[in-house]
Formats: sequence, C-alpha cells, structure tokens
Amino acid sequence: MPAVSKGDGMRGLAVFISDIRNCKSKEAEIKRINKELANIRSKFKGDKALDGYSKKKYVCKLLFIFLLGHDIDFGHMEAVNLLSSNKYTEKQIGYLFISVLVNSNSELIRLINNAIKNDLSSRNPTFMCLALHCIANVGSREMAEAFAGEIPRILVAGDTMDSVKQSAALCLLRLYKTSPDLVLMGEWTSRVVHLLNDQHMGVVTAAISLITCLSQKNPDEFKTCVSLAVSRLSRIVSSASTDLQDYTYYFVPAPWLSCKLLRLLQCYPPPEDGAVKGRLVECLETILNKAQEPPKSKKVQHSNAKNAILFEAISLIIHYDSEPNLLVRACNQLGQFLQHRETNLRYLALESMCTLASSEFSHEAVKTHIETVINALKTERDVSVRQRAADLLYAMCDRSNAKQIVAEMLSYLETADYSIREEMVLKVAILAEKYAVDYSWYVDTILNLIRIAGDYVSEEVWYRVIQIVINRDDVQGYAAKTVFEALQAPACHENMVKVGGYILGEFGNLIAGDPRSSPLVQFNLLHSKFHLCSVPTRALLLSAYIKFINLFPETKSTIQEVLRSDSQIRNSDVELQQRAVEYLKLSSIASTDVLATVLEEMPPFPERESSILAKLKKKKGPGAVSVNELEEGKREGGELNGGGERGGDSSAIAASNASTPSPSADLLGLRTGPPVTAAAPSAGSLLVDVFSEAGVNDDGFLRDLEPPTESSDSLLAEGPGDSDSAPPTVVSEDPAPPLPESNELLNKFVCKNNGVLFENQLLQIGIKSEYRQNLGRMYLFYGNKTSVQFLNVQAKPVEPLIEGGAQVQQVINIECLSDFMEAPLLNIKFRYGGALQNLTLKLPVTINKFFQPTEMASHDFFQRWKQLSQPQQEAQKIFKANHAMDTEVLKAKLLGLGMALLENVDPNPENFVCAGVIQTKAQQVGSLLRLEPNAQAQMYRLTLRSSKDTVSKRLCELLAEQF
Amino acid sequence: MIKFLLMVNKQGQTRLSKYYEQVELGKRAALEADVVRGCLARRKEECSFVEYKDYKLVYRQYAALFIVVGITENENELSIFELVHNFVEVLDKYFSRVSELDIMFNLDKVHIILDEMILNGHIVETNKNRILAPLLALDKMVES
Repeated sequence: MPAVSKGDGMRGLAVFISDIRNCKSKEAEIKRINKELANIRSKFKGDKALDGYSKKKYVCKLLFIFLLGHDIDFGHMEAVNLLSSNKYTEKQIGYLFISVLVNSNSELIRLINNAIKNDLSSRNPTFMCLALHCIANVGSREMAEAFAGEIPRILVAGDTMDSVKQSAALCLLRLYKTSPDLVLMGEWTSRVVHLLNDQHMGVVTAAISLITCLSQKNPDEFKTCVSLAVSRLSRIVSSASTDLQDYTYYFVPAPWLSCKLLRLLQCYPPPEDGAVKGRLVECLETILNKAQEPPKSKKVQHSNAKNAILFEAISLIIHYDSEPNLLVRACNQLGQFLQHRETNLRYLALESMCTLASSEFSHEAVKTHIETVINALKTERDVSVRQRAADLLYAMCDRSNAKQIVAEMLSYLETADYSIREEMVLKVAILAEKYAVDYSWYVDTILNLIRIAGDYVSEEVWYRVIQIVINRDDVQGYAAKTVFEALQAPACHENMVKVGGYILGEFGNLIAGDPRSSPLVQFNLLHSKFHLCSVPTRALLLSAYIKFINLFPETKSTIQEVLRSDSQIRNSDVELQQRAVEYLKLSSIASTDVLATVLEEMPPFPERESSILAKLKKKKGPGAVSVNELEEGKREGGELNGGGERGGDSSAIAASNASTPSPSADLLGLRTGPPVTAAAPSAGSLLVDVFSEAGVNDDGFLRDLEPPTESSDSLLAEGPGDSDSAPPTVVSEDPAPPLPESNELLNKFVCKNNGVLFENQLLQIGIKSEYRQNLGRMYLFYGNKTSVQFLNVQAKPVEPLIEGGAQVQQVINIECLSDFMEAPLLNIKFRYGGALQNLTLKLPVTINKFFQPTEMASHDFFQRWKQLSQPQQEAQKIFKANHAMDTEVLKAKLLGLGMALLENVDPNPENFVCAGVIQTKAQQVGSLLRLEPNAQAQMYRLTLRSSKDTVSKRLCELLAEQF
Repeated sequence: MIKFLLMVNKQGQTRLSKYYEQVELGKRAALEADVVRGCLARRKEECSFVEYKDYKLVYRQYAALFIVVGITENENELSIFELVHNFVEVLDKYFSRVSELDIMFNLDKVHIILDEMILNGHIVETNKNRILAPLLALDKMVES
C-alpha cells in the first residue's frame, strides 16, 4: 500500500482545512470559508486558464465546504469541463463533484449527459465505471431518457468487465426507480436473472439488488430467479470458508451476499418445485445448525456476520410460515439469543420473535419465553430493547396469559420511559379488552391505567371503557362502585373524573342503596372535583348532574342550586353557561315522565371494531399511508375487535365527527362489522331533538354521548327551497339497514368490475373498479337522475353539489389486509324534496377481487389439489343452474372471477379448473377451483380448495350464485 | 436500502456524508445534528440500532469517530453493522491506520472507496482488494 501523505501534495487544501479546524468560533469559520469561496471564484473567473491540478484542488475545497453545510452555487461548469478531460484524476474529481453536488433537476444535465455518453462508449472500463456511478448517483429523468436503452446492453454483454457490470446493475436499478416506464426489461429479463449464476461474486452481489427490486414489481416475470437463488445460496452455505477467498469475512463465506439472497427469496412464496424446496430447506437447516457449532473465531465480527445470515434465514422461515419444524427451531434459536450478553442480539431476537408470535405453528413456542421477556422489560438498560420486549409481550398475548402480561405491562408503565407510554397505554387497553373474560377485570385494568398514566390515556381509551360498560349490564354495578372508590383518591386524574362522571350519571343508582355512596354523597364527590377540571370535563359533569336529577329526585334541589349559582349560570364560558341555563330550565319545567324519557339510560353502542386499535395501527402504521385501508371485522370467539384503519386525507371529513369515539373507515363509506339496526334509538339524537328548539344543536357533549353510529358517506342534502323555511332539522344519523336486494346487487359484481350498482328514480350509482394484488381502487359515480339540484352535500370526497342530471365521482382506495366474508357497506344519505333518502348498499368488494391468476400444468395442479386435502380446506356445493349452461359464458365468468382458467388439466373436458392466489396484506392464500357441469341434470358441482378454510367457504358461497 | 452514511466526530462535526436519497441541504444539517445527538447520548451497553423516524440507524464507534448508517426496515441490521466495519478495514488498509485527519484531507478518496462499496443505497462490493483497485490505479497514474 502506498504511504499516503496527509493532504497528498495538495498543500493549499491542507492549509485550508487546518485553518478551518483552528477557527475558534462559528463566525470565524464562516469568515474563512467566505474568503476561500471568493478566492476560488476569482480563480475560476480569472483570465488565466487553470491547469488540471488546480481545478482538482479547488473542487476538493468546494466539496469540503459543502460538507460543512454551505451551499455551493458555482464551480459546476468547471466540474463539467473536468468530465471531458482525458486524465483519469481530473475526470474522477469532476464526477465526484457532480455526484455530490448536482441534483437531478440541474440545467447542466444535458452537458453532463454528453460527457457520460462519451465515457460509456470509450470502452475504457474505468471511465465507464465513473460514468455509471454518476448516473446511479444523480439518476434524473433526462438521464433515464438518454441511457435506459444502453445500460441493459452493457449489463448483459459477454465482453463487459465485471466491475462495469456491477456499476451497470445498480445504475439500472436507479433508473428503474426514477423512471420505470423508460426501463423496459422484456427481452433482457432472463439474461438479467441469470446474472445470479455469474461466476463473479461481486457481480452477483450487485445484480441481486436489481433483481430484488424488479421481482417486487413483476414477480411473475422474474420467478425463475427463485431456483437460481436457491442453488447459489446452497453453494455458498455448503462451501468451506476458504473456497470464496476474498468474499469470506472472518471465516464466514459471503455474508452480505447470503443475506441478499435470503432477502430476495422473501419476495416469493415457498418454491413449488419439490427439489428446489428440498434444497432450500437443507440450506436453512445448515444455517441453523451452524449457529450451534463452536465459533471459528473469537472475534465479534465473525459471530455478527454469522448471525446476520441467521436472522435473515429466520425471516425467510417466518415469511414462508409453512415449515413447523423450522419455525420451532428458529424460535428456540431466538430464545437462546434472548439471554445473550450482546445487546444487539437481544434486541434483534425480540424483534424477530415478535413476528414469529403471529404464526400459528410457533405461537406456543414463543409463549414459553414469557418470563425472559418480562424480565427484559424490567431489567434492560436500553429503552429501545425494552420497547421491543413490550412489543413482543403484546404479540404473544392470548387468553391464557393475558392477565399476567397486562399486569406486568401495567407495573412497567409506572416507570416506563415517557417516549413509549402512550403506545403502552393503547396496548394495555387493547389487550384488556380483547382478552377480557370477566369484565370487572377489564374495568379495573382501565381504571388502573388512568390512575397510573392518566396523561397518556387518549380519548379513545376512555370512550371505549364507557362503550363497554354501557353495553354489558353485568358490569355496570361493579363499574359504578369502582369509579366511586377511585374518585375518592385526593388527587385523581381528570380522565378519571370524566369516566366517573359519565358512569355515575348513568349507573349511580346501582350503588345508591349503600349509605356510604348515597346519591348526595355521589354528587358531592363529583362536584368536589368540578373546580379542578377543564371546560370539557365540567360540561360533562353538568350533564351528569342533570342525569342525577332524573335518577335521584331527592338531589334535585341541591343540584338546581348549583346550576343556579352565578359561577354556572353566568359562567364566562358560553358552553357551560348554556348547559347550566338549559338544564336548570329542563329540570324545573319538564314533568317526571318527560325527564325520564329525555334522560333515559344510554342505549347499547353498536359493537364494532375498537377505535383504540385503529389508533394504535395509525401510530404504528407506515408513515404515509396513501390508501384507505379496509379490513373486514374478524370476529373470533368473544373478541370485540375487528380492525379498520384510515389514512391520509380524512381530517376534513372527520371534522364534523371530531368527537365521535370511532373515526374509522366508516367515514369514507366503508363500514366494517355487522350493520347497525336503525331501530335502536339514539339517545344522543333524542337529546338533540328536545334541545333543538332551545337552540342547542352543535353540542360537543351531546355528541360525545352519541353512540358511534355516525353517518357514513352522507350525501346529506336538503331539497331545493326548504333550507330557509325549515327549522334546523335533526337528521337521524343512523344508516339504514342494507337494502334487501343488496346481496343480489353484490353478486352481480363477483365476476365483473364495472357496471351499475344501484338505480332508483332519483339516483344512479355506477361503479368502476380495478385491482392489483392486494390493492384496489373503486370509482363511484353518483348520478342525479332528477332535474333539481341535490344541495349541500356533506360528504367530503364528493363535490358539495350535484347538479340536476349531473354526476359526481368518488374514489375509494382499497387494501385487502386479510381475507374477509362480508362486503363493506356503503351508506348514502341525501335530501330530495324535503324527504331524507337513506340507503345502504353493499360495496361490491369481494375476496375474489384480489386474485392473482396462477398458470400451472396438470401435474402440478393435481399435486397441489392433493396437498389441500384437509376437510376444512375444501368447500363444495351442488346446485341447480340458474342460467343457460353455455361453455363460452361459463369461461368468461370464470375468467372474470380473476383466477387462471387452466386448459387440458382436468381429464374430463367438460369440467373447468382454475387456480389463483388471493393477495392480502397479511398473507397469500392459494386457491384451486373445479366446476363440473352436468348438462342433463342442469346441475353443477363446485369444489374449492384453499389453504385457508374461510376462503374456500366464502368463494363457494359467492360462486354458487353465479352460474 | 441504505438511506445515508455519516461519519461524525464526538464534537458532532460531520466529516463525511453521503446521501442515497435526495435530502435538501438545509435539512441535512438538522438531520445530522439530530442523528448524532441520538447516537452520542447512548451508552456502550446499549444496542447499536436506533429507531429514528421511519427508518433505523445502525452506528458504530471508532475512537472519537462515529459512523452512522440510516437504513430502511427491510435491511439486515447486523449485516450493515459489519459493512461499516468492513469499510473501516478498507480505509485502514489504504491509509494504514486511518485517522479522522486522513478522512478530512482525503475526502475525495474516501468517496471513491465508498462509491465502490455502496451504490445508490445498495451494497455492490465487499472484497477489499477489488474495492481499492480503482483508487490504487489512480495513485499509480499520479505518481507517473
């Protein structure tokens, strides 16, 4: 190695850097830099032509100044000139300057492109590499336009040097990312995939990044890479560490390449070819075995490199989620790491185990480590490790260990870092609800949560406890007793006062028999907190008081006195004052009967997904969710939770619903869970009805009280002319139950994506939709068939007005998170001629929309068919033909279904077989279909087999209506 | 994928920064300061991976110099951790016991080395001899 002198002969540069280092203050530094900039500028502008060496020196200085955070607004031209130099050193510094300083929208790109073009055609590998690096670093659209055709050729040409191939691969990747439309892989695909076989490890390392990216975008075209990647991996894994010479790192053969190969395989499901799969399983087993072997070196680099591969292999095993043996071995391996002395390994093991916990095969194995994980939560000194431990506890929680885990998380909360408290609170709240067998435990847990971490308990959490208490009459008495006790603490959190006020207002009567909690005692207790609370809480308490008057007539005079006091009736806050005035009036003029009706106990909230879960997902979810995610409510056993999540642009829509407990997907017209029965009277709107005459209509508290049945996509419009004359009408917010014909309407769309969803005399709703993998987009067209305007349309995604005869369009983005049974509901409300129109339809999103067709040969089909032989994986129906049994029509329908229609597979040519994979975010579900028509009997036999039982069942139900 | 690589000293001065995703100049300083603060505050026994916004930082300390790499979720933390070490070993080999000063005075060379190892956020080469080959060729040219 040459002895490199500091500064390498560039004295001026060395002096400059030393000067900067010696600057005592920021000001001095800036002064020195400005001086230097002026100097360089004058040199560049000067008459004397600079020699290559000086140019290089100045460009180096500029680079250094740029690094210090100063913008460089000149020198670009000089750098571009250096590009055309024949001297490698000058050319190199020119490219370096451009790579670091030029951004992709520079005007100089054209000049730079010219230089690059020359270098690419120079056939000098060093120059070619420089040019390719530059494209890879800048990667603008103009560059893609100029070179997207050229680079693939360089990449696969037989005579290209290895180092050039490496640069070309990454260069192409960059262009593909900036301008995928310009990079056409078609004819190159197979040759690019075969780079995995290249004898040079460096080329494979570079090419695999490109192939991984391309595979993610076009999995089918690149799927041959699976078997190549497996054989490459197998060669590396089984090789002795000396075989790969320079690619061995501390006795580990090609660790980075191995990781990348394993990562590439995670773009695909397990290999279908038995031999390939066998070889891969062997590799994975070898990797797991190596972890148990004594280390070949004591150096930490050795074990790190080995473990990097091990963790990647475990990710792949988890991704496949199909080899119970490997999953359990992976879990045991991670279990060992949980107690390792290296913090890094403990951290990664906790993180990896978290995903392992969700696999049915390894869930139990993960649970055996509960004590270690709890211990980690208590003793780890690093907050990020503790955070992982909390995540893992959350993931491994189920009915059997919920009480223990929740208790541990609660006790951890008392000392937890502020940064993770809010998330911990949400998690505890969710677990408590999800696994509550006995609801008094649930109430205790949430109240403890408020006690321990009241500041971090968001509205969703306390809304939820109230919803649950209201819905379960077996826990109401207990809840009232517990909040009453909790409120006796001298200092209790305001959230506790809110919950207490609400629950005592509803159910205080259940504990009033005990003289220690008689009505007046309850009232005095609540009122003792009143002055310490914020306005919204005070408002809530005032409503609790009026409820008390109804529950306990004996408190009436005391409460009226409180309401009448100046601090209430003349309160400077208009909301409080109004409540005091109105409640006072109500309590004095309304008869007992009226009072009892108005202040009746809250009706049950419709059971639906937990808003807390939605909030947690939002917190944890990908930063910028651009699609509105939609998840069908999964209801297993006693779980209350489905899930629903909504991303992005909803704040405007949510504005009018700001205080409803559940701002979920519904607001966009997608409802999960069972439909709400319109019959359930909403006490919220009841109150609104009464008070609307008194002028209260936008009352925050009352909205709090409302069950979360907020209108979905309400096309709430008033008829022409009556907006002025009519009193502010109160519209029931309950969506109508789905139309009786909605199922039939849904069925129309199983095999097609476009058409008219609904039509009556007033309104026509058209649908256009497209799906790709687990994503979909649906356009809804609302057509006004009348000649008058629908005014005042409130749904945000739609234009606020639909002209007579006109149409508005609404776009819904759909993501399939996991398989589902029920279609989401679409609720539409608008006003026509003074009458409220309220309809609920099923949005034609069915599970088959997320099919990816899979072509396979007869042999493969029957092999897979046999693999799916468990009874619950199959669903079968024999039914009578509803339509003519025309082969072509049947074919068209099956194609419309989204599966691949396989020819020459079934020995009986009359039969149809199809194959496809349903893409959901959570998993992929392979499905096979066989339809056997019997023309004589006018009957069909339909058989479906999929890796998931619910999918077979649902598909069978859907399809039986189609033929 | 790798989002950026920073070399920062204990005083928080950036000695090398390479971004594989366009970050505005104005935001770089703030990001660098933020990242460095996060890493400097950590103790030896804490783990080398830090969650930062929507990505992860992998850092390693060599005497007074920190090397911090920002990566996306789908990157293997340990392999990046060792990539950093490999990078340092390459620098060590070239500069024979590399120091902070070597990096400052030879920014262009460190860039060349880095470009040979990582290209637009992906690992291209890990073999030390091949990483250094272009730079040695360059040196030879200067000498002659």
